Amino acid sequence: MGHETHVEVRTQAQYEYDKAHSRAHMRKQVVNFAIMIFLTFIAFAAVLADFSPTFIIPIILLLAGIQVVLQLYAFMHLEDRSTHMVGVIEFFIWSAAFIAFTFFVAFTTIIWWGNY
Amino acid sequence: MSSVTQKKGFGAHVWDYLTTVDHKKIAIMYLAAGTLFFAIAGFEALLMRIQLMFPESTFISAGLFNELLTMHGTTMLFLAATPIIFAFMNAIVPLQIGARDVAFPFLNSLGFWLFFIGAVFLHLSFFLGGAPDAGWTSYASLSLYSPGHGIDFYILGLQISGAGTLISGINFIVTIITMRAPGMTFMRMPLFTWTTLVSSSLILFAFPPLTGGLFLMLVDRMFGANFFDHTMGGNTIIWEHLFWIFGHPEVYILVLPAFGLFSEIIPVFARKRLFGYSSMVFATILIGFLGFMVWAHHMFTVGLGATANAIFAVATMAIAVPTGMKVFNWILTIWGGSIKVTVPMLYALGFIPSFVAGGVTGVMQATAPLDYQLHDSYFIVAHFHYVIVGGIVTALFGSAHFYWPIMFNRALNPKLGVLTFWIFFIGFHLTFFVQHFLGLMGMPRRVFTYMGGQGWDLFNFISSIGAIMMGIGVIILVIDVLLSIKSEPVNRRDYWGDGRSLEWAIETPLPFYNFKQTPLVRGFDPYWIEKEEGNKEGMVYAEPLGEIHMPNNSILPFIMSIGTMIAAFGALYSPWGDQVQAGTATGAPAVVSLALIIGGLGLTIACMIIRSFKDDLGFHVTVAEIESIEADLANYRATGKKGGNK
Repeated sequence: MGHETHVEVRTQAQYEYDKAHSRAHMRKQVVNFAIMIFLTFIAFAAVLADFSPTFIIPIILLLAGIQVVLQLYAFMHLEDRSTHMVGVIEFFIWSAAFIAFTFFVAFTTIIWWGNY
Repeated sequence: MSSVTQKKGFGAHVWDYLTTVDHKKIAIMYLAAGTLFFAIAGFEALLMRIQLMFPESTFISAGLFNELLTMHGTTMLFLAATPIIFAFMNAIVPLQIGARDVAFPFLNSLGFWLFFIGAVFLHLSFFLGGAPDAGWTSYASLSLYSPGHGIDFYILGLQISGAGTLISGINFIVTIITMRAPGMTFMRMPLFTWTTLVSSSLILFAFPPLTGGLFLMLVDRMFGANFFDHTMGGNTIIWEHLFWIFGHPEVYILVLPAFGLFSEIIPVFARKRLFGYSSMVFATILIGFLGFMVWAHHMFTVGLGATANAIFAVATMAIAVPTGMKVFNWILTIWGGSIKVTVPMLYALGFIPSFVAGGVTGVMQATAPLDYQLHDSYFIVAHFHYVIVGGIVTALFGSAHFYWPIMFNRALNPKLGVLTFWIFFIGFHLTFFVQHFLGLMGMPRRVFTYMGGQGWDLFNFISSIGAIMMGIGVIILVIDVLLSIKSEPVNRRDYWGDGRSLEWAIETPLPFYNFKQTPLVRGFDPYWIEKEEGNKEGMVYAEPLGEIHMPNNSILPFIMSIGTMIAAFGALYSPWGDQVQAGTATGAPAVVSLALIIGGLGLTIACMIIRSFKDDLGFHVTVAEIESIEADLANYRATGKKGGNK
């Protein structure tokens, strides 16, 4: 509302380049999406196949970890190096992940393990 | 924003402060609110010390003592130390990095009002049936069974003010990362800006666990859930973990900016560049990281097992290394300097030994087997007061004197300052030094009285005398502040004569846009560099004089905060609450409770929607207006006559 609309005039060469670039980008997005669906499928399949919980739980957690990374890089543009201050953003995200991981390890080992 | 002379009435001033988004005015509000709660919590401490002055005293009852100790701890940490630190962050950080305001001025105002409304809500408990009484840690095994509404006030009040703190923390991270003036690289940032950045990051990571924990406690107590109730399959230890995952970093959230403030004060009065700048930055970040790895050292006696205790003991001791680096860097900054012992420097010199004493007892407690002896004794009380009073309160008092000229264009009286320092400092050591020995003699903490003839009488008496001296010190400081209102305005840059960083390069009183042109930073200690080169203006500019874009004021943050308070009352009087059903607390009918919750949150959300859909693009100050404001300010500095715009 009220913002000026920015019109950019592009040359034919620039247009072709952008188009190829977007197409490559789109392909990458679709591939990542397919991988994520496949990982989700494995998680469901592992449960449906009735494997032992000691196998299923670590596998699902591992897959979840991979999904988080894929999500951050493929869809939340953490891989886009031209983003302003992307290095700082990355540092914050990985610090948070590291800190959250220590809480997770501590909770599983000293609260829940052995109680259930 | 014309520069035409205008005289504002009292109502206009109140409206101005209710709606302001100016970081300098928000800083003043943080300082005023923080000081108010500091005084209240200090008064509570005095009442407790008077009760403990003599054995078997009946000055206050056991129940009131529990309420006082809970409110003293909660208020001092959440509602006094945190806001006063935010006051200095708001007042100084934008000036240090050469910015005209913070990144999100609206959120800055929202952060303040949420904090303030949460704090007021918590203190209403005194008038509405009793304050919380389960300690500032509010362990679930105690607080779930506390009769009345006290703990509910604690949960809801902290939930609201915690949201405010989180918002302000995010604001400072974004401000420091994105709003630095050209040339102000990360490794040229003053130490106070660095510690603000790290401490805001700690807020970002530490407050969500608290919010989560408080929410679980809220539904446990007020809506019949059983997360922490072991008789219903819950686990009471989880609250302790969640609380300390927040609670330990909270200590660093407070003490890191205090370190930063001293890292500003010491080089100015030692008249030397800060020794080991890059190691100071490294130590700050390392303390921030390690701060998250040590929370269970508060829980050694819970029974986590020898392995867990050993891991957390070692991690805790590791924190002494970066902290030690900082202490040595301060000493080496002073070493060989041409020292001026002004009031802020006096506080800095008092801080170093006091804080080291607190740190050393901390390492003692990190030794898990020894902690089994020290746990829940007065030794712990002595330790954390040495850290918090010796580390944080000295920093706040010292920097109040240090930054007063920038914040208010007035100076605090140095004679009264020296008097305050000595009375407060001697009182502080009298109060807490003997408490180490009381702890070693076996006096438990959080007791409202004790039997005579156990060898505790004399030390408790000394401790209470010290507390009264600290009270007198604070009163003198308040008198000093009140006297400064009528004192001569400072009207100059670089009040102390040896300022090094950018905030000293601006002439007071500051225009509301801080810098008429964005400065260009040519190195660490930019103002020092310009002074060395004989630059009379104190800075070089990165841009020509042009229009300045500034944010509009808004009343929405205040209304949003009021909305959360209304919703909090709805939750508090929920008819499904454990204590209401047990008959120890009053509840409202379900309709009223739900109406308050939905209405209050609805008001807050409606304000958010208004804010989202109504574009507020701020306003522009034209070159002509800037020139006229600058001329007015110059005229005011020369003649003392106000030209209208402040």
